[in-house]
Amino acid sequence: MPSILRKHCHAPRDNQAGVPCYILSTFAAVSLRQEIQWLIRREAVQEWRQRAALNGLLLYVGGATYICYLSVGARAGTVPVPTWNALFWLILLFSALNAAQKSFGQETPGRLLYLHTLVRPEALILAKTLYNAGLLLGLALLAFGAFALVLGNPVADPGLFLTALGLGATGFAASLTLMSGIAAKAAQSATLLAVLAFPVLIPQLLLLLRISKNALDGLDRSVSTSPLLSVVAVNLIVAVLAVVLFPYLWKS
Amino acid sequence: MKWWKYLAAVLLFYAAIAGVLLPVPRRVILNETIRNLFFHVPMWFAMTVVLTVSVGYAVAHLRTNDLRHDTWANEAAKTGTLFGVLGILTGSLWARYTWGTWWTDDVRLNGAAISLLIYGAYFVLRASLPDPQQRARIGAVYNIFAFAAVIPLLFVLPRKFDSLHPGAGGNPAFSNYDLDHLMRLVFYPAVIGWILVGAWLTQLGVRLSVLSTRLDDQEDAV
Repeated sequence: MPSILRKHCHAPRDNQAGVPCYILSTFAAVSLRQEIQWLIRREAVQEWRQRAALNGLLLYVGGATYICYLSVGARAGTVPVPTWNALFWLILLFSALNAAQKSFGQETPGRLLYLHTLVRPEALILAKTLYNAGLLLGLALLAFGAFALVLGNPVADPGLFLTALGLGATGFAASLTLMSGIAAKAAQSATLLAVLAFPVLIPQLLLLLRISKNALDGLDRSVSTSPLLSVVAVNLIVAVLAVVLFPYLWKS
Repeated sequence: MKWWKYLAAVLLFYAAIAGVLLPVPRRVILNETIRNLFFHVPMWFAMTVVLTVSVGYAVAHLRTNDLRHDTWANEAAKTGTLFGVLGILTGSLWARYTWGTWWTDDVRLNGAAISLLIYGAYFVLRASLPDPQQRARIGAVYNIFAFAAVIPLLFVLPRKFDSLHPGAGGNPAFSNYDLDHLMRLVFYPAVIGWILVGAWLTQLGVRLSVLSTRLDDQEDAV
């Protein structure tokens, strides 16, 4: 919680969800950055209080990796590189869907309304996106570790591979957080999120698969420059769109 | 009936007859299938135009909150999807006789499939929201987001990946020697004709939708 808020807060302990008292932000002029910082903190606190969701995600990545390992039926180091690449990104994609699902799916309508009175919608979507990006990067690193353990580590250019992971985490987070907000408004939101997100993610996924494949093969970095720039551009477009469109979503 | 509807009918009759009868350049492998240019490519032109119109109405809806704009956005998306399906069918048939397969892993083909998936998701999303105002608003948000995030890529990505498709990966497109003057004489009228038919179909869809809403309201009143 930014100090400017804390000064005015009367009963911080009363809040189970970790949200500040309503009166605060009306008194203090809070900058967008402070709001985002506070919201990210709130996400983290909430996550930590309900560890079941987080543990579920970690188990999901671990379990999915193990299923891949068993179904490929190969010992470490014998999996062909394109298969390794495809399996890895598929697991990342589905973990990202699960992670995004809870982003808005777990918020009760009352809590959302409360937040609506507290913060700007831009702050909420940016905070949730940044939080999800961090979470997805963590999941990606975990999945990488699990893959390296059971299926071997064929990555020839770790720097480029980690860049691809970082770009993938931010790009997936930017698209999926808005999609999660959309899907949460409808019934059967779990299926809907996947249906809404797949077509939007396919172009990003294609580019990332290509960069990641180059990193696995250890090709010269200049080969990957053009797809890297495309991914960065796509991430920017998606993030800007999400920030522009989210206020309309929130109003409904 | 407005003049442009007659124009659409005339242009398409002309394109259908001239497209089959006019002499075309002889190319190896392509042979007579080059005529598919008159029927397949206009589908994508019309689809892009109609879907852009749909996004335009989605933006208009978010600005004005007018449900009529939403009806236009929805109906235009339906027409665009129809063109997309026809484009894939004509392309697939063509691919069968030139590439020897109905479908292949190619960026253009993937792009076509992705755009159909987007609008499939759009319709599913709309169907799962019962309240008209909420459906309109959330539908508009998804429509704009998906269109702006993906459609530009469909024009950029084919330049980055190898492609068998004409107009990409060094394969000749209609922009250079492949499209001779005679072919242009059929191709451009066909494009205009199909775009006009798209507008026509969308208008009919909107009228139907408005009437059925009015009928529902009357039944509710009785």
